[in-house]
Amino acid sequence: MSHDALIRFSAVDLAFAGKLVLSKLSLAIARGEIVCIVGPSGCGKTTALRVATGLLTPTAGEVAFSGAPLKGPRRDVAIVFQDYGKALLPWRNAAGNVSLALEAAATPRAGRAQRISALLAKVGLPDHADKYPSQMSGGMQQRLQIARCLAQEPIALMMDEPFGALDAMTRQDLQDELLKIAGASGTTVFFVTHDLEEAIYLGDRVIGLLPHPGRIGIELKIDLPRPRDQVATREAPEFLRLRRELYDFIKGAER
Amino acid sequence: MKFDWRAVVLPVALIALAEIGVRAHGPSDSLAPPSAVLGAFFEAFGDGSLLAATRDTLASAFAGLAIGGAIGLTLGIALGAIRPLDRALEATIEIVRPIPSVAVVPIALVALGFGYRLEIAIVAYACVWAPLLLTRAAVAGVEPRLIEVARALRLSLFARVVKIVIPAALPRIFVAFRLAAGVALIVAVTVEIAVNPLGLGYGIMTAGQALRPDLMLAYLVWIGIVGFALNAALVFAQQRLFGRAAQIGEAS
Repeated sequence: MSHDALIRFSAVDLAFAGKLVLSKLSLAIARGEIVCIVGPSGCGKTTALRVATGLLTPTAGEVAFSGAPLKGPRRDVAIVFQDYGKALLPWRNAAGNVSLALEAAATPRAGRAQRISALLAKVGLPDHADKYPSQMSGGMQQRLQIARCLAQEPIALMMDEPFGALDAMTRQDLQDELLKIAGASGTTVFFVTHDLEEAIYLGDRVIGLLPHPGRIGIELKIDLPRPRDQVATREAPEFLRLRRELYDFIKGAER
Repeated sequence: MKFDWRAVVLPVALIALAEIGVRAHGPSDSLAPPSAVLGAFFEAFGDGSLLAATRDTLASAFAGLAIGGAIGLTLGIALGAIRPLDRALEATIEIVRPIPSVAVVPIALVALGFGYRLEIAIVAYACVWAPLLLTRAAVAGVEPRLIEVARALRLSLFARVVKIVIPAALPRIFVAFRLAAGVALIVAVTVEIAVNPLGLGYGIMTAGQALRPDLMLAYLVWIGIVGFALNAALVFAQQRLFGRAAQIGEAS
């Protein structure tokens, strides 16, 4: 798997004001792989994601994307922020918000409207093109942000606790839709969450970070069959075993 | 806005009182009864002098507002977006800003002579500050997450400013322009009264020197009406343009 890494961290250090947040982080994410990062708060999981997107530059070490050093954000890597309310343009309606990504990529004007409706339909907002973010629920706003990210036609989706602020039902719906979309398009997903079950449910691999400074503490291969099912998968003995292992790790890490 | 008849009571009573008082006092060089003021107003309106003066004053005020506002807006965006530039210019701005616009008149007069250019230059100077300061604050206060979204989408600097920064800051920028528009009218009239032989301010001065208190007061009242109308038009435009954005600004 490592021979075909899309994103590769090589001994990445990241320091804020002299304080080490990530230490000697090395990991490789393969094309099409779904990797979830968990860890106690302050372990640098969001920082790791921001380094992987190019929003942050490592203090030491290197991040390579598709074999070449990563220099800043790329249009083919989409970032889904947790605070969807702040990441959308309040003065643009849903269609306008999706359009922003197409405008950024200088997509020809002619095909835009059609692509926007297709994207909104894909995330379950087919009838809300004219609504403004302030008129939408949290779940709808996050769907809209995902639609904008998909408009970038990303080869990788970077998701920073994207469903953390949503209610349980909405979260499960969006988890399944994410798996469907990523599965159909072969998109690589780098998913930060504090929800251990979510990490196991979504991931091909779950990486647990230890805090102060952030470093890899555990790496679990998730061999649960796909497509995953909210009831059956979560009842599988293997799921429960992984959950226990991850739970014990987090408990230990917090001590 | 509902009309409240009580709001009219005081002005009407004052006008009536002035009419009685001034007539009882007899002829004066500084006061005129409201009836005479009204007469002078129609006279100045009829011979076109009032409208010509209004045109001159508003043309200067708007030209100055446009130039000063554009400078203030541009600088405000630049300073709000580029922190090092802000720090480099902060002291300079804080030293220049307190200089009253009227104090610039002698220099501007030497440099530009009488006329529109003088007045426009001084109005422009006065109109830089409100847009500069409010735009700077508005731009610096743009949601950082939106700036990250712009980075993630690799928007060009121009697209970032036009698609993210200006729309996000627009409601507050418009408030700045409303303030600047009021300043523009005040400064234009002040410059006309102080030195410049044109416009409504000059009209007041000449009426006073001609011992025509009725005409002087007619100009005064008219300037008040023009200022009121200007502000009302801008408030109306603000509500029409930014009704939604203003609501969002308040909600978040």
